[in-house]
Amino acid sequence: MLEKALEGSKKYWAWIMLLGALILVGVYFYLQQFSEGLGITGLGRDVSWGLYIGQFTFLVGVAASAVMLVIPYYLHDFKKFGKIVILGEFLAIAAVIMCMLFIFVDMGQPMRILNVFLHPTPNSVMFWDSMVLAGYLVLNALIGWVTLGSDKKGIAPPKWIKPLIYLSIPWAFSIHTVTAFLYAGLPGRHFWLSAIMAARFLASAFAGGPALLIILALIVRSVSKFDPGKEAIQAVGRIVAYAMFANVFFLALEFFTAFYSSIPGHMDSFIYLYKGLDGHHELVPLMWISTIFAAVSLVMLWVPKVRKNEGTLVLACGMLFISLWIDKGFGLIIGGLIPNPLEEVRTYWPTLPESFIAIGVWSIGFLVLSMLYKIAISVREDTAGIEVEH
Amino acid sequence: MSIDRRQFLKIAGISSILGLGASVASATHTIWEKGLEPPQVGPNTESLTAKKWAMVVDMSKFKTEEDIKKTVTACHLTHNVPDFRNPDGSVDTRHEIKWIWKTGYERAFPGQENKFMAEHLKDMPFMVLCNHCENPPCVRVCPTKATYKLKDGITMQDMHRCIGCRFCMAACPYGARSFNYFDPRKALKPEQVNSEYPTRSKGVVEKCTFCTERLQFGKMPACVEAAPKGGLIFGDIEDAHSQVRKIVETKLTIRRKPDLGTGPSVYYLIGGSDHA
Amino acid sequence: MKLYDGGKIIAGLLIFVGLFMLPFYFNIGKVSAKPELKLDTPAIQQWEKQYGKKECVESKEYMRAEHMQLLNNWRDSVVRDADRGYISDTSHKRFNMSLQNGCMHCHSNKKKFCDECHNYMAVKPFCWDCHIAPKEDGKS
Repeated sequence: MLEKALEGSKKYWAWIMLLGALILVGVYFYLQQFSEGLGITGLGRDVSWGLYIGQFTFLVGVAASAVMLVIPYYLHDFKKFGKIVILGEFLAIAAVIMCMLFIFVDMGQPMRILNVFLHPTPNSVMFWDSMVLAGYLVLNALIGWVTLGSDKKGIAPPKWIKPLIYLSIPWAFSIHTVTAFLYAGLPGRHFWLSAIMAARFLASAFAGGPALLIILALIVRSVSKFDPGKEAIQAVGRIVAYAMFANVFFLALEFFTAFYSSIPGHMDSFIYLYKGLDGHHELVPLMWISTIFAAVSLVMLWVPKVRKNEGTLVLACGMLFISLWIDKGFGLIIGGLIPNPLEEVRTYWPTLPESFIAIGVWSIGFLVLSMLYKIAISVREDTAGIEVEH
Repeated sequence: MSIDRRQFLKIAGISSILGLGASVASATHTIWEKGLEPPQVGPNTESLTAKKWAMVVDMSKFKTEEDIKKTVTACHLTHNVPDFRNPDGSVDTRHEIKWIWKTGYERAFPGQENKFMAEHLKDMPFMVLCNHCENPPCVRVCPTKATYKLKDGITMQDMHRCIGCRFCMAACPYGARSFNYFDPRKALKPEQVNSEYPTRSKGVVEKCTFCTERLQFGKMPACVEAAPKGGLIFGDIEDAHSQVRKIVETKLTIRRKPDLGTGPSVYYLIGGSDHA
Repeated sequence: MKLYDGGKIIAGLLIFVGLFMLPFYFNIGKVSAKPELKLDTPAIQQWEKQYGKKECVESKEYMRAEHMQLLNNWRDSVVRDADRGYISDTSHKRFNMSLQNGCMHCHSNKKKFCDECHNYMAVKPFCWDCHIAPKEDGKS
């Protein structure tokens, strides 16, 4: 099936070339970072995690979101998702690969990565994060490849794939819970020290991931003869609406706890992000854009007429994705580290090399995604009309 | 026996994976071997030992800016800690490395200040450093055990194993840890380098180690020696006869952020005393 | 017999051979003399005066083959267990486990000792990124 990724229209190859160019730029700046050190980023002694870890956190959520298609289809026999499940699984693969790459580019001594496996440390959440992410990648790669391959041949997938599919459901929840635990267990960071972190992470994952999936599905429909199905897309839209409501609700809960209790440690990070602290308000415009986009997209998703129109649905999903990207991929990490443990405000902004490395990683992810989607589209186009029971 | 292409590829794939695994296992077998054991290795006879090292900070003995600077410089020079500066000469707060430093009262003990306090009280200097907690969050989160507890209570750092993930920096509630964003040798003056102690390389985290390498040769930590007499008192808090234990038992001391349950081993004496 | 895609295959083979030969090309003219290790540092001479012979922590054969394993074990003993003393299997003497202050105390001529074999074998240990190499007179 791999050969299907190597044959395509001029537009397909132009897209691949563009991604390749962005990847090369990213590699160039990464080599600079590898030789000079992480000092070429905007990171510092106080904001020691920034863009890279934020992107990793956000993308784990996107990876976990495949489960929102797997549960209805495999657990509840929601046949309408039959054609779209593969798009979710392939998105998960691309997202997990990006997660691992973001961790790699963030490490100070990447050549020592094997130390995590040579000296396993069960009390460290990061150890578990690397284990579950690796496992999830293998799971999704196996499930996606085997089911698509069976579809191509017009037969049902082998029986042994079923238990793996069922395993991927709790596993998807676990990867994002473990990632939330990275933050929620640190006694010195009051912005993150909240039991609802894992729940917030899951809610934003299940809103943001499927929102991206809707956009991707509509792109797939416009560039190929593969139509994931109008009803399937609407069903995903309803999932996004509910998940986004939960996510916004959970954020409101955090605001309540911080501001009704009036404990400075809990309020300070919120104040820095949304109002400015000690004369520093670098993130304020971004956070308000995120809030406004979240509110508007939520309203758009809840009004049936707006959601049912695919044009406005795409707009809502786009705004939602951007809102969550800002909130989770940027605001959450930096906000947690400002002010620092001595209550000093030391700020952060990514540098140019840092941004290009991040774009390079995203480009690798999109390259993997594009090639996997090309394979899926080709198989679906070839087998159009043949219904196979999974 | 005839096999088809599929089966051949499957056999070839599995054999190469097994072969790779075997070669990795053999290459890393030294890692799985046991290290050196007593009596072939052992501590120095002159080594200072303790059940739990602790420090009492008596800021009343630090009378001048010079007293504080001497203490910090002793530590940083002994351990080849780099001094990163901005072009205008000010400290580069993003890339600076500090093991022990002076900060104001409201920074060392956030939340304890009140709005009626005079400014000079809010800024009253306090030496801050790694607290070598009893229950350290940094040790809990390190994925490679590059930071760990020694038997004598010191929270130690193994620069050889650190992968530079900076999880420990996020976990430390006291901001005690620094990361080498650049090669530290770029900010070290060659004539000031202590050739008996290594530098670090870029990409690893470092912090105060309670001078374990000096304790092993019977010497007190560098800051304790350089501080004004009685300014920093260092000893075994589990030893009923040690000075630190006597002070903590009989005088009022506070620790930083005690409600977090980390169990810091650095105690700040309130009111000063004549123990020196 | 016809060679399909012959042009691409020959071109690919030529590129492969070219890349393969690069290391050999870059080393033309560089004479790599056999390593000659010098053991005449002041510290070693003093040891010889005191004990009658030159001896290292372990035997020459062992050190040649296993010095990196020994250093790794020393590293873990010192850093992780706070043990400093090492009893030699060969001479049963007690040594201070330290690269900078132990090994390099005797072998203070890194360029004429450590680097001789390392350069010959194209080995670049990164110990010296952190551990300070002994100051040697002359060019650095």
